[in-house]
Amino acid sequence: MTETTTHHDEVSGANKVKLVLAWTLVGIPLLWGVLNTLAKSALLFQ
Amino acid sequence: MLGWLDRSHTVAKPGFSRWLVPPAALCVHLCIGQVYAFSVFNLPMTRLVGITESAPDDWKLTELGWIFSLAIVFLGLSAAFTGTWLDRVGPRRAMFTAALCFGGGFLVSALGIHLHQLWLIYLGYGVIGGCGLGLGYISPVKTLITWFPDRPGMATGLAIMGFGGGAMIASPLSVWLMEQFSSPTNVGVMGTFVMLGILYLCFMMIGAALVRVPPEGWAPEGYVAPAQPKKLVTVNHVHVDEALKTKQFYLLWGVLCLNVTAGIGVLGQASAMSQEMFPGQITAVAAAGFVGLLSLFNMIGRFFWASSSDYIGRRNTYMIFFALGMVLYAIVPWTGSVGSVVLFVACYAVILSMYGGGFATIPAYLRDIFGTRYVGAIHGRLLTAWSAAGVLGPVLVNYIREYQINNGVPKADAYSVTMYIMAGLLFVGFILNWLMTPVDDKHHMSEAELKASMEA
Repeated sequence: MTETTTHHDEVSGANKVKLVLAWTLVGIPLLWGVLNTLAKSALLFQ
Repeated sequence: MLGWLDRSHTVAKPGFSRWLVPPAALCVHLCIGQVYAFSVFNLPMTRLVGITESAPDDWKLTELGWIFSLAIVFLGLSAAFTGTWLDRVGPRRAMFTAALCFGGGFLVSALGIHLHQLWLIYLGYGVIGGCGLGLGYISPVKTLITWFPDRPGMATGLAIMGFGGGAMIASPLSVWLMEQFSSPTNVGVMGTFVMLGILYLCFMMIGAALVRVPPEGWAPEGYVAPAQPKKLVTVNHVHVDEALKTKQFYLLWGVLCLNVTAGIGVLGQASAMSQEMFPGQITAVAAAGFVGLLSLFNMIGRFFWASSSDYIGRRNTYMIFFALGMVLYAIVPWTGSVGSVVLFVACYAVILSMYGGGFATIPAYLRDIFGTRYVGAIHGRLLTAWSAAGVLGPVLVNYIREYQINNGVPKADAYSVTMYIMAGLLFVGFILNWLMTPVDDKHHMSEAELKASMEA
């Protein structure tokens, strides 16, 4: 199968902002969940 | 009005960053990963009438256990049967539908709590929510693989990592919400279901709004498809119906099923197993910490192993899962006999990382073997292996343990045979993975078939 190699220009400013917001949106709850789990896990080694 | 859901409206415009697609997928997977934390509702739901303790009219734990089982069954069924539809309509409509089903499932279940009708919860969370789980799970996979032809393992690993991490968010969040909604006359489950339903609906909708598909023929800057691909990486495409006629599909089905069986069997029993193997050393509270740690390694393994597979190859990654898994399962009884909690935890942390890694690496393995065109649909069908493992794993662990205890084996030693059987299952998985070969040319789609399928 043939595959062309077109690609887009630089990421636009608006998309850069979206990028930061989107990763923050998923990163904060994930980090909260991980920290919560680590705090509980610490009991295992006490 | 719903035209924005069409595939044509999701084609990325110039200036779009492909790194926006993983968070879109994570928006969905972080929500549907809640299913692993559903057990936090079980005990409160046995006290909906009696509030402080179960009343005669309250539901039994055995009845409530069916909610989770139904959700997992419908996850597998919907993933298997909607893959082709998803392929046709694109990721946004699929994510939108998944959000409606999963969020809506919570709302129907809240009504079930209000009316005290268990069948409404079976229907809401089990059937409707379960369909949302299946659709949500497979919807971003093909899109991610198309955006990241240079690192498909890492891309799908990122999304599927969210499924592992979802429970770590949902569990404390649900407990906190139940505390807020509880009162002397209410255990707070209904309010929590309504809140979670709305929250998950909104969060998954953000994912649907963010997701984009690349324009036809797009490739990342500097990426050139290898002229001479590796032996087990095809540049052709296999139709989803044709894939079911290949031995490779069944080999991969077996590989996934056996890898998941080994992990899922111990995951469900982790708390009891740690306390019984280390009596007096691991308390019930510490055991809860152990389960949490396993969830964390399950999540980390999804990203780590799937990303590594981009460099060491999919088959080699599964070889490591099976070979290292065999050694670790064989070592576990010894850690109990020498009383080393640290070694015991370390063994299980690696085992659970490979359990998660198995889920996260399989989409890229499918892409290597069957091509990208129908990878989403094929992945959906392969997830039936998960449903089978969901039954096989816990049954193996529970029945073997019960049989041994009934035959006078001390509780602390009762898991040894189970561990050796798990190691045996992994050996079978090793052989299946070792037998993997490229798909015969006769199964590949012709240029005309591929063009026709694109137009359709």
